[in-house]
Amino acid sequence: MADRTVGNGVWVYAVCSDLDEQNLRGPQGVDGEAPRVVRAADLSAVVGSVDLARFGEEGLRRDLNDLHRLEAIARAHHDVVDAAARHRPVVPTRLATVYEDDRGVRAMLQWHRDRLVAALRRVEGRQEWGVKAYGVRDDQRSSRPADPGDQAREGAGTAYLRRRQAALSSRETLRRSTIEGAEALYALLSALAVAARRHRPQDPHLSGDPRWMVLNAAYLLDNGRVEAFGTAVTRSATAHPELAVELTGPWPPYSFAVLDDAREES
Amino acid sequence: MTGPVATITREDPAAWEQVALVDILDRVLAAGVVITGDITLSIAGVDLVYISLQALVSSVRPGGPGPTRDDRR
Repeated sequence: MADRTVGNGVWVYAVCSDLDEQNLRGPQGVDGEAPRVVRAADLSAVVGSVDLARFGEEGLRRDLNDLHRLEAIARAHHDVVDAAARHRPVVPTRLATVYEDDRGVRAMLQWHRDRLVAALRRVEGRQEWGVKAYGVRDDQRSSRPADPGDQAREGAGTAYLRRRQAALSSRETLRRSTIEGAEALYALLSALAVAARRHRPQDPHLSGDPRWMVLNAAYLLDNGRVEAFGTAVTRSATAHPELAVELTGPWPPYSFAVLDDAREES
Repeated sequence: MTGPVATITREDPAAWEQVALVDILDRVLAAGVVITGDITLSIAGVDLVYISLQALVSSVRPGGPGPTRDDRR
């Protein structure tokens, strides 16, 4: 058996129907390499040759647990996928898909040909956009000063409990209306999209954003509907002051790159 | 675009450069087609990557931004 920590492996970024290698000039790959194209079965795989000392199983296990390395790898992977996506419909592959050599990549293209073609057809002429919504906290409500008359009548302890209860219930009301607002936003925007999908809300420790994320959604849009979608996002954000809304894109269609039969839920 | 929505688009390279790492991780780790590679199937499995992320989150936590800053007071 070949030693899988020595020599070069082949990192796969994405698959497209046909791509000119010239179109990949610019971004460096995950190992600083120049991305290239491997062809088979009328498909092009966007790949790069990587050092297995770093990108073999052991090296990856180490690096994916190092935030700085993970960031460098994820961003480089994304940059190459994005470069390809500017020229052709692409089906991005998940991070860390590595083959021993080009032959393995060609075999993969042949083996999955029909499903890759179907996946490409689904994303052709379409873009992915991200919509995130955060709950806007209303801190004033919970710290509203007490009516001094109440305190005199009921005694400080009772008044405190009453206030505390009112604060809790108004916070609960706000929490519920925020969630309902996010659900309504998701549904409304889904109606404008070819497909919609929710990612998990992001961990504040990773995102560095302490706000409460209520919605982390991705939408697949026909190119012609992007503007209308943007307008709808703006309009619904105005209609839902309890939410702070962020729109990002266009993304390569990561969230909608699925092979039939290999459907899997994250 | 002005108005109530914060918009970050690819057509604005300066802003796009800053696109949060997490947004990229959502996509490159939890989306994209899963095809069996020769070498990294076990690594590329979602679970393993999420375990890595859990490790990352806890390693980031002590000095990192976020609500914990308040908790520590």
